[in-house]
Amino acid sequence: MSTLLGLDVTRIKADFPILSRTVRDGRRLVYLDSGATSQKPVQVLDAERAFYTQHNAAVHRGAHQLAEEATDAYESARATIAAFIGAQPDEIVFTKNATEGINLVAYAMSNATTAGPESARFVVGPGDSIVVTEMEHHANLVPWQMLAQRTGATLRWLGLTDDGRLDLSNLDEVVDATTKMVAFVHQSNVLGTINPVETLVRRAREVGALVLVDACQSVPHQSTDVHAIGADFLVFSGHKMLGPLGIGVLWGRPELLAAMPPFLTGGSMIEVVHMEGSTFAAPPQRFEAGVPMAAQAVGLAAACDYLTSIGMDAVAAHEHELTGRAIEGLSALPGVRIIGPVTTEARGGAVSFVVDGIHPHDVGQVLDDRGVEVRVGHHCAWPLTRRYGVPATTRATFYLYNDAADVDALVDAVKAAQAFFGSA
Amino acid sequence: MQLESMYQEIILDHYRRPHHKGLQELYDVEVHHVNPTCGDEVTVRVRITADGAHVVDEISYDGLGCSISQASTSVMTDLVSGKPLEEALAVQQEFLTLMQSKGADIADTDIDEDLLEDAVAFVGVSRYPARIKCALLGWMAFKDAAAQAVAAKEQT
Ligand SMILES: Cc1ncc(COP(=O)(O)O)c(C=O)c1O
Repeated sequence: MSTLLGLDVTRIKADFPILSRTVRDGRRLVYLDSGATSQKPVQVLDAERAFYTQHNAAVHRGAHQLAEEATDAYESARATIAAFIGAQPDEIVFTKNATEGINLVAYAMSNATTAGPESARFVVGPGDSIVVTEMEHHANLVPWQMLAQRTGATLRWLGLTDDGRLDLSNLDEVVDATTKMVAFVHQSNVLGTINPVETLVRRAREVGALVLVDACQSVPHQSTDVHAIGADFLVFSGHKMLGPLGIGVLWGRPELLAAMPPFLTGGSMIEVVHMEGSTFAAPPQRFEAGVPMAAQAVGLAAACDYLTSIGMDAVAAHEHELTGRAIEGLSALPGVRIIGPVTTEARGGAVSFVVDGIHPHDVGQVLDDRGVEVRVGHHCAWPLTRRYGVPATTRATFYLYNDAADVDALVDAVKAAQAFFGSA
Repeated sequence: MQLESMYQEIILDHYRRPHHKGLQELYDVEVHHVNPTCGDEVTVRVRITADGAHVVDEISYDGLGCSISQASTSVMTDLVSGKPLEEALAVQQEFLTLMQSKGADIADTDIDEDLLEDAVAFVGVSRYPARIKCALLGWMAFKDAAAQAVAAKEQT
């Protein structure tokens, strides 16, 4: 039951100590909330621990042996993580999380207004537009709302179709000659929808707009090559891909990073400092002010190695299978409606649904009582839930350590919720 | 199975057949509160008498949310309705204390069960930190509305 399409889930589960604990009075833990944050294998924990027990020092400062080793560990981690997405080490900037990566670009764009002529292409102002979609996580919406507010630019968005896809019918009007930035999610954290990157990038290129891809839910779940994606910036969070909390990645085209003004400023990001003013280091250091999260970088590199050893195509195929099983199992229940595509085509493993007559919070409570841990609410995409006319949804998300038994536990628990509240 | 201890019959009854639901025309103050983590919302309308006692003589609400937030609001309206504001707010305060009791046996606390009446049924909720805000939504809206209603009366 636990081996689907070649993934030895039993063996994988053994690498994740937390998955063998019980919850709520001895229930087996069925963790279906990896979309919020993933669990961590011992390989990642060991790598972080080894950094602290053997090499800990402040990176890029000092010339003693530990400082050298810590810097080497940090920069080797950068190389591993860059390779994981088909990038060069200097093209990736470490941030606290994806949210910070998006804010970095949005603030750099407003800082461009007062920076030198080399950053002219980042300037936005009245008459310019910034384009997002109605399915964005708040992390890829609010920073652009704020950029528009600070600069006088206009925020526009692409709407959604009833079946959970981007509505591209007015793409050419929404993204037009005034558009300076098109920012969109690669894979929706609520609907599971995988967006047509190529179409969106092509249109952005026609009008000379920059493109930022929120890859939080795609990099952890499918093989990613930033050059094939063809965007200018791409962000993701380490904690959703088996890595530690507190580290995210911003990838940027090198020529753009080189021309972009800094966001956070301080130590480590400077070239020369005088009382009157300072000049800045080349990327990626320009965007990494302060002592960086070296241990987390080492942990994230270990996560990339772990995923690579299993194979991202195998991970994606496995989740595809689980997603299909979940869609089928849930759709078969009377009174259960999936919010998002009901086929597995161009779709990842986030399955959101509503149950007639039972609020998602109450569904989640019954599931939790049975050890099935899902997320309920608007999933930081409030405009999206509003678009589908529901106050909230229940969402299950799958990862490499889930198996068919987990999906079946979900479906059974939804039936139990219906029985408990007497709605089916 | 701990579900029954959380979803006591009183709670499910109020959820299925809420009291004072549907906004009434007689009111001094209307407030709208949301729970930003889940999107639950409630609108509460309150009218108090102009005498010093400020008796809650009209209360109604409308809302959208889980069984806990909706049932709790319904129970709240029963408990504060017809009470002088000071007493109503004492019940509100006691309910807050109940929600902060972390699932302790009420007998081991100073909580006044008689004051809480039906609201005692929510004791199971206090064991689930994520749900406490649901239970408090309507009660906090009432507290806010009461303060505004008093301020309005004192102005005129
Ligand atoms: C699609 C998407 N974008 C952005 C984020 C924000 O990630 P973080 O909170 O790690 O910055 C998330 C995480 O919930 C997400 O799913």
